[in-house]
Amino acid sequence: MRVPILKQGDYLIASVQDSLADADLLQLSENLLTQVGLFHSRGVIVDVTALDVMDSFACRALRSLASAIRFRGAETVIVGIQPEVAFAMVQLGLDLAGIRTALDVEEGLELLGNGKDG
Amino acid sequence: MAGELRISVRTDADIVTARQKGRVLAEPLGFRGSDLALIATAISEVARNIVVYAGCGEIILDVVRDGEREGIVVIARDEGPGIADVEKAMQDGYSTSKSLGLGLPGAKRMMDEFEIVSAVGKGTTITMRKWRRSHEDRPYRPAGT
Ligand SMILES: Nc1ncnc2c1ncn2[C@@H]1O[C@H](COP(=O)(O)OP(=O)(O)OP(=O)(O)O)[C@@H](O)[C@H]1O
Ligand SMILES: [Mg+2]
Repeated sequence: MRVPILKQGDYLIASVQDSLADADLLQLSENLLTQVGLFHSRGVIVDVTALDVMDSFACRALRSLASAIRFRGAETVIVGIQPEVAFAMVQLGLDLAGIRTALDVEEGLELLGNGKDG
Repeated sequence: MAGELRISVRTDADIVTARQKGRVLAEPLGFRGSDLALIATAISEVARNIVVYAGCGEIILDVVRDGEREGIVVIARDEGPGIADVEKAMQDGYSTSKSLGLGLPGAKRMMDEFEIVSAVGKGTTITMRKWRRSHEDRPYRPAGT
């Protein structure tokens, strides 16, 4: 598996390691969906700190991932979008269509915790 | 100069290779990080279009010079179905594959120059250039190189 998924309490953390090919992203969605059911996770964090490009395909894949996770009763937070990647995404015209984002994994966990318990 | 780099594009892994090679070519020219991300993302979009719409094709990367200016040229070429209405294809949101329709107009925004030539039944060639912003950030090169 190209993207390791870590279970931390009620949450899953997937850390994208490096430049992902399309197939890896689709595989990640599948794995996360399965594991959300397996562990009854309430939230998923996708850490894209290592990604140097977020193109239209990757963006669309993350959007689908987040809405599929949502159908399974959990929330998704994308963390670690690098400043130059964010800049390029805006130029390209992408938006994450309501997927929540946070600066890093810690803040992502905080966001998920607050959303559910608060 | 080392000469052009050709990457044949057929699979999603080739898309990753093409954008990585673009970055490797552009970095020593002194492009800043945000420009490197723009170049890599633009390459990714035109390479993906080759895979999705034409099946296969190639990306050609090279350094370009124009007097004091230095930059990178990216050519995406395929002999696929071509685009019937290029003007429409260049509009945000226009997609024949129910995608976002952002690849072509986005690539144009991300690069400094963008030309597209397409003929139905013949194929598509996109030529895009990005210039390093100013000669002040020119990388140090030892004399004689
Ligand atoms: N190399 C190509 N060969 C044939 N048709 C193409 C090619 N590139 C683009 N097109 C056509 O132009 C349209 C617009 O391309 P563009 O990349 O902007 O959007 P998209 O690929 O549909 O969506 P996105 O790139 O946002 O996922 C495509 O839907 C397709 O019909
Ligand atoms: Mg496209």
